[in-house]
Amino acid sequence: MMARPVTNPEPVLKARGLVKSFGRVVAMDGADFDLMPGEILAVIGDNGAGKSTMISALAGAVRPDAGEIFLGGEKVAFHSPMDARSKGIETVFQGLALAPALTIVDNLFLGREYRVPGVRGGLFRLLDRPRMREEARKHLSDLGLMTIQNIDQVVETLSGGQRQGVAVARACAFGSKVVILDEPTAALGVKESRKVLDLIKDVRDRGIAIVLISHNMPHVFEIADRVHIHRLGRRVAVVRPSEMTMSDAVAIMTGAMEPPAGQPAD
Amino acid sequence: MASNDLPQFASTDTRLSRRVINVLHGNPTIIPLFVLVLGLAVFSSVVGQRFFHPFNLSLVLQQVTIIGTVALAQTLIILTAGIDLSVGAIVVLSSVAMGRLAMDHDLPPGLALALGIAVGSGCGALNGFFVTMIRLPPFIVTLGTWSVFNALIQFWSGGETIRQQEIEASAPVLQWTGEALRMGAARLTIGSLLMLLLAGLLWYVLNRTAYGRHVYAVGNDPNAARLSGIATRKVLFTVYLLAGTICGFAGWLLIGRIGAISPLGGAMTNLDSITAVVIGGTSLFGGRGSIIGTLIGALIVGFFRNGLALAGLDVLWQEFTIGFLIIIAVSFDQWLRRIST
Repeated sequence: MMARPVTNPEPVLKARGLVKSFGRVVAMDGADFDLMPGEILAVIGDNGAGKSTMISALAGAVRPDAGEIFLGGEKVAFHSPMDARSKGIETVFQGLALAPALTIVDNLFLGREYRVPGVRGGLFRLLDRPRMREEARKHLSDLGLMTIQNIDQVVETLSGGQRQGVAVARACAFGSKVVILDEPTAALGVKESRKVLDLIKDVRDRGIAIVLISHNMPHVFEIADRVHIHRLGRRVAVVRPSEMTMSDAVAIMTGAMEPPAGQPAD
Repeated sequence: MASNDLPQFASTDTRLSRRVINVLHGNPTIIPLFVLVLGLAVFSSVVGQRFFHPFNLSLVLQQVTIIGTVALAQTLIILTAGIDLSVGAIVVLSSVAMGRLAMDHDLPPGLALALGIAVGSGCGALNGFFVTMIRLPPFIVTLGTWSVFNALIQFWSGGETIRQQEIEASAPVLQWTGEALRMGAARLTIGSLLMLLLAGLLWYVLNRTAYGRHVYAVGNDPNAARLSGIATRKVLFTVYLLAGTICGFAGWLLIGRIGAISPLGGAMTNLDSITAVVIGGTSLFGGRGSIIGTLIGALIVGFFRNGLALAGLDVLWQEFTIGFLIIIAVSFDQWLRRIST
């Protein structure tokens, strides 16, 4: 047994040989995945390359037919998104998964509300609203998302960027290890995209590893530490934005160019 | 319209129109409350003192007791973006069950009452089963069960009414909800009080418990709710179960209200309950609305009927006016939804 080199730490989230088919369509064909601690890993791939399926498997929304997923070195099997969430993997789905008619506080705590201690919370199921509001305010200001005049504002009255902000705040508010962001800037204008990218870097700097799925190459190359390139249901390369041009990455993604030799390393 | 200041998270758009819209979003009961107050003002000026007489006010409350209670059940369903067309039949079926179990089967009245309410729960569970397990649209499911429950009513009752004297003799507890507490000229029935108590309880559940928030979330965006870790089908099922139970309870109130047990009672309950919910500002598209709004909606229906009758107008104008109120309420909800997205 050899000691692991210090330069090669254990991935926070790792997958080996994931397979998933839907009928005759093979969405994942032996996909591998490595997310290192404290990094932003972008996942790029053409439409239909199976990256959504892989992300869904990592988020617990899809159960792979074969293959293994490791969280912090430990083998895991997720039965639902809630399951993945309870183990520290938070996902901001493209649809945001916010309930528009509920308030910001309600949304932040949706599905994991606090109840007041004692009989009032136990027997009468009374919500601890003051505590939730206080924590909501704290999370939002930690991320520089304050101050909203009113955290009791309903989410549908917020702009797209503000909603994304709430969704990201929710994802990293509960001691999560990994945050998966699915196309976080897809629906946003230039100015709002910029703010969301800053927010993502900010979350990374707080020590949370981030998986970023995006079609926007300039965004990917601006904030990603490494780029995972997906093609035909599997990972074909992992590159550093500093070592490769955007057009080469796109060429590998579309199959116009062979991936660099020795890639992907296991 | 949208603000661009994400990090500050401050709304730069402080125009009055936007602020008004935000207030309306956060407080959906403002409009129905306004309509109620306006209606009261108009009727009291037309009808005069008689309208605000305590006896008349308590009479209106009695008149809306059944509709109000069923509308509370309907509110839960509509909040999940569903609809229940079988509520009226469940109310009558439960009351028939209470009567028949007490009369024909000689069960203790208290037990007959409990079993009658349980019949309501069973009906709700059946609706919930089809909606959540077989995944059929609530409209179709409840249209079907409405017919089924009506057939059961005819079958079980034999088309016969159980007369007031018979109930009085052997199961007076079934009529208890019709007893009135006199306070001056006002006659407040136990049934009306129970309805208000139930409304308070449901308000608490919807606004102060996680389950209540989940009901809203499921109606608002079922996918978002599921991805947030909410067991959406469980929430939906319990909503139908709860609604059925409330309708069973309303069956008891119905016996108190009319004294007898008739297989024909409550024919209008279905549409009236939906009317009260919609006029009360609850969105037919789910996720938006409130218990207090529904109470106000039921009172609006009650006061408009009562006021128009006292003003000497023909019954047809009551229906005419309420029809327009429904359309205005739904248009308003549509408008509010459109400007927000």
